[in-house]
Amino acid sequence: MAESRNPLAHHFDSLEQQYAAAKLGMWSFLITEVMMFGGLFLGYILYRCRFPEVFAQGSHHLDIKLGAFNTAVLIVSSLTMALAVHAAQEGRKQATLTYLFFTLMLGLTFLGVKVIEYSDKYQHHLIPGARFLWSEGDAGPPQLFYSYYFCMTGLHAIHMVVGAGLLLWLMALTARNRFSPAYYTPIEMVGLYWHFVDIVWIFLFPLLYLIGRH
Amino acid sequence: MNHHIVPLKIYFAIFAALMAGTALTVWAAFQDFGEFNTLVAVVIAVVKAALVVLFFMHVKYSDKLIWVFASAGFIWLIILFAFTLMDPMTRDWLPVGAPLPM
Repeated sequence: MAESRNPLAHHFDSLEQQYAAAKLGMWSFLITEVMMFGGLFLGYILYRCRFPEVFAQGSHHLDIKLGAFNTAVLIVSSLTMALAVHAAQEGRKQATLTYLFFTLMLGLTFLGVKVIEYSDKYQHHLIPGARFLWSEGDAGPPQLFYSYYFCMTGLHAIHMVVGAGLLLWLMALTARNRFSPAYYTPIEMVGLYWHFVDIVWIFLFPLLYLIGRH
Repeated sequence: MNHHIVPLKIYFAIFAALMAGTALTVWAAFQDFGEFNTLVAVVIAVVKAALVVLFFMHVKYSDKLIWVFASAGFIWLIILFAFTLMDPMTRDWLPVGAPLPM
């Protein structure tokens, strides 16, 4: 039976040791993620220093309302994720499921808004490449801005899709009674991942949407 | 397991602070701080990120090893930025299309 399955892997002495190892491993992974996004942010800084006006012009084509809405959606989803971990710590299965479901729905809302934004850029010929149209001068530098926009938000969106899959997996495990106050490690780890993805967006929103607005 | 369970009111307080920070960053973007608009935006973002890391990600309640790892990520990022920017920050970058100096 699923309920009698022992969550302690044979190479650990105790659940406590297993939890500490998982947490440290997760943080190591998140550091590699910080460095991956860090490379993109570094490139962004270099080219923005070089083409400050063009980056501001490019930013003006992004929708602040949608960007701010998505920022709020992600912050609420971080709260529901934290509440899911909290409910799991207290062994409240139904509450855990509900909060995981809310988190998933908010994540999908974010991605839906992203689809609206991307299709708008497509219709306005703002995707770097042969069909890129720019009426405000040299089309080279603005393509750099949009390359960074699509790479950074795209990589972020891929992380959201992975996160949504992880949430579904957690919901399935929760429904099968795999977790208890003694063992909820996967929920805590996915929580760390989800909050990290939220942090990336906390930086992306002002740096992409809010340049040169005054 | 005997883990620290963060009181719910702390989660809600952090949530309120993050929402206020988002409103603040949008407001600040429309103010003219001269050279410092980007700095203001980054400072607000760093404070928001720190709140998420410390409370939502439980680092404040974790043991020292997790503190070291979380800080290491931040420190290596600073090294990446600082050492790379040392070069372009100390040179005059030419405007696009300007003739090369002889």
